[in-house]
Amino acid sequence: MKIYWQLFMAFFRIGGLTFGGGLAQLPMLKYEIVQKYHWLEEPELIDIYAIGQCTPGIIAINTATYVGYKKAGVMGGIVATIGMVTPSLVIITLAALCLQAIIDNVWVQHAIMGIRAVVCALMLNTVYTLGKKTLKGKFAWIIAAFSFAAAFFFHVPTVAIVIAAAVIGIIYNVYIVGRNAA
Amino acid sequence: MSDLVLLFLEFMKIGLIAVGGGPATLPYLMELTEKYDWYTMEDLTNMIAVSESTPGPLGLNMATYAGFKTLGTFGGIVSTAGLVIPSIIIICLIAKFLEDFNENKFVKGAFAAIRPAVCSIIAASVYTVCKVSMFSYQDGVYEPIPKILALCVIVFVLLQVKKLQKLHPAFWLLAAAIIGIVFRF
Repeated sequence: MKIYWQLFMAFFRIGGLTFGGGLAQLPMLKYEIVQKYHWLEEPELIDIYAIGQCTPGIIAINTATYVGYKKAGVMGGIVATIGMVTPSLVIITLAALCLQAIIDNVWVQHAIMGIRAVVCALMLNTVYTLGKKTLKGKFAWIIAAFSFAAAFFFHVPTVAIVIAAAVIGIIYNVYIVGRNAA
Repeated sequence: MSDLVLLFLEFMKIGLIAVGGGPATLPYLMELTEKYDWYTMEDLTNMIAVSESTPGPLGLNMATYAGFKTLGTFGGIVSTAGLVIPSIIIICLIAKFLEDFNENKFVKGAFAAIRPAVCSIIAASVYTVCKVSMFSYQDGVYEPIPKILALCVIVFVLLQVKKLQKLHPAFWLLAAAIIGIVFRF
């Protein structure tokens, strides 16, 4: 029972404290899921992001379901997802009544600009630590360099990069390294 | 068909076909403005702005908003449920598959390459998001916004201190909101 409550509350906090899209969520996820509860290792966060990019639906929801399922089965997935959506439901229902007033409020605008700056710092820090944990060895660096070029300069769709990486990874690790080792 | 069922089905469709997270849901959300009078194009633009100033992902906020506008609080719950149910089913299946095959050499080999690739993809998107946040774009040139740039650099440096890493990210957000108001960002 405790695990359900923990899952609900962890994702309730993540859902209620993430400003911006899926990426802005990463620092929050890293804190709650990796640092605080040790439900996942850091590289697994990247796996979820990869899966989230290649499957339909919102990444925030996909992440909640994945972590919940891993810790407590289908019920865990559902509980974590409900935790994730509850803040949005409450906040938007309240905000819907005074949408324009919120956007036009000067204080809100100043606060949001400050939050934006810090969200950037948090995201950059998360990318930095994820990179340190993930980019080990020549093969990883080569894949990372080509993927960065593909995403950044040539705007190749994420799904295509992930599939290409998967194919190269299988060929290299199973057929080239695997055969030499055998 | 009753509005409730329609709301549920339309948002379930978006949850089922929009691949790539929040931004991928946008075209489908626009489509709904043509098909129904649940919300207008202007509502959607406002919502994008509000989603930046309220927590929670855009797709989720939009589902709640459309549902609420049409059928009140219950409508919001129904459309949100529609949006997330496909994800729950698909991700549980994938998580089960990965659990069963995590020692499989093909799966292991694939993820050994997917991880660095996705790390780069995340880095590239973070770069883009940060550029939009910290620079203003005028007449084809990016001008840095000094206050935002400075705050970002300071916080990034502070985050490298071991003890400060133990703080909840929300602490930084709260501090940022206060600094933003006090210094008129």
